[in-house]
Amino acid sequence: MSQRIDHHPVLGSLGDRKQLSFYYNGTVYTAYEGETIAGALLAAGVRTLRVHEEKGTPRGIYCNIGHCYECRVHVDGVPTVRACMTLVQEGMQVNAGSLLPTPLKKGGHGA
Amino acid sequence: MIDLLIIGAGPAGLSAAIASARQGLAVRVVDEFYRPGGRLLGQLHQEPDGVWWNGLDEAARLTEEARHLGVEIICGVSVFHLTQSRNGWVVSTTQGEMTVPLLLIATGASEAAVPVPGWTLPGVMSIGAAQVMTNVQRVRVGQRGVVVGINILSVAISRELQLAGVTLDRMILPPSTTVSGTAGQPKAVMQSLLRVAHLAPSLMIRLGSKLMGSSWMQKLAVSLYPSSGFSMWDIPIQLRTAALEIVGTFQVEGVRIAQVAADGSPIAGTEQVIPADFVCIAGGLSPLAELAAIAGCPFAYVPSLGGHVPLHNESMRTPVPGLYVAGNITGIESAKVAMAQGTVAGLSIAKARGKLTNEQPLSDAIQQVKIVRQNATIQFDPDIVAGRALVGQMTAEWIAH
Repeated sequence: MSQRIDHHPVLGSLGDRKQLSFYYNGTVYTAYEGETIAGALLAAGVRTLRVHEEKGTPRGIYCNIGHCYECRVHVDGVPTVRACMTLVQEGMQVNAGSLLPTPLKKGGHGA
Repeated sequence: MIDLLIIGAGPAGLSAAIASARQGLAVRVVDEFYRPGGRLLGQLHQEPDGVWWNGLDEAARLTEEARHLGVEIICGVSVFHLTQSRNGWVVSTTQGEMTVPLLLIATGASEAAVPVPGWTLPGVMSIGAAQVMTNVQRVRVGQRGVVVGINILSVAISRELQLAGVTLDRMILPPSTTVSGTAGQPKAVMQSLLRVAHLAPSLMIRLGSKLMGSSWMQKLAVSLYPSSGFSMWDIPIQLRTAALEIVGTFQVEGVRIAQVAADGSPIAGTEQVIPADFVCIAGGLSPLAELAAIAGCPFAYVPSLGGHVPLHNESMRTPVPGLYVAGNITGIESAKVAMAQGTVAGLSIAKARGKLTNEQPLSDAIQQVKIVRQNATIQFDPDIVAGRALVGQMTAEWIAH
């Protein structure tokens, strides 16, 4: 179920917006023009935007205004793009990034 | 060739752009966010006269006025370095270097982080994040949440979330640690809430704010204070309950809480886990002043202004030649104060550029900042005026030496 707030008691209704399709980890999602990647994914119920590079634990948005970099994702192959600051474009390929090797760390894992 | 580069398209930056462009300066504003407005975007509250303050409308109005005056507003640009040159500043941005004689930093504030065990779980976010998601992105952050941190900002935003149809289970304190400081101590939180009690719809709190003038009565109030708390807009506010841990495997599933003594220490045997699908952490605001530091500006540590602030005088000039500041970077206050400060900065910069023939508007604008501050519904800190005076005095001393 969409979590979009189409009607707001004070801010009013959003009206018609252009619909866009984009991909997150290979799955197709719907967004509306003017939505950030973070907003569109949250509306679709996606809370986890990436995993911690070393521990693999899930991460989502934290500050939602570009300060904390918790929501960094890969967009069309470009790493470290902030999902909260980036508007969805038609056909955009968003990826969560993955666990990175830590071969030099005691007890770490290889590639 | 632009005369002035403004970093930050919030209420201060846009107001400064308008004031200086009116005096004939060529102005460019850059901002990291994808649209102008800064933290005006998402602000939504009812003034005591019943009129809604809609930050989205304010932002649109300021943006339109600035653009109409020929101000160039570029969004999606991050500034990561500043160097002084012979004729002003070289500003390094994600869209290349910009050279400019005069620079205004109006980067606002950022939320102070209060680490709570489990706070990296998806579904945990700052209270400001929830505000932007709800009012700007128009997406609900969850079904039922808990707010950790009771302060004026979190109370106001909780009301905004409620308006958008999000249920808040309760507002509680963060764990009492060296990081959370007084935010984890019921007595201190009670005192700060009493300062804003005139905004509360509850008669009990309104009466309480008049009754509890002395500190022994406040102590009594906290110790007698019902552990179930009181409600504002039907949101339970529990000053005697703290979050110990946010629990969940892949996302937030609940919060482990406990009742706490008046000093914030947990009371044994009162622990329980309450279900929630999101948690907002509210640690208050502090000036976002890194760029002023990079620019070589001296700072003062003034707790009543929210922390470290760049030295500046009433005209919003810093001791560094060609560098000005305005808005929450100079101290945490409301958007209206930031707008008034922006106007001062804009006129002051026009004066520095030799474009202000009559100085009356500048002294009027300086006076206007004080009037707006005096009339503010919400004061983030009771000692703001003293803090401002201290910074002014330190700046004067710095320049004299």
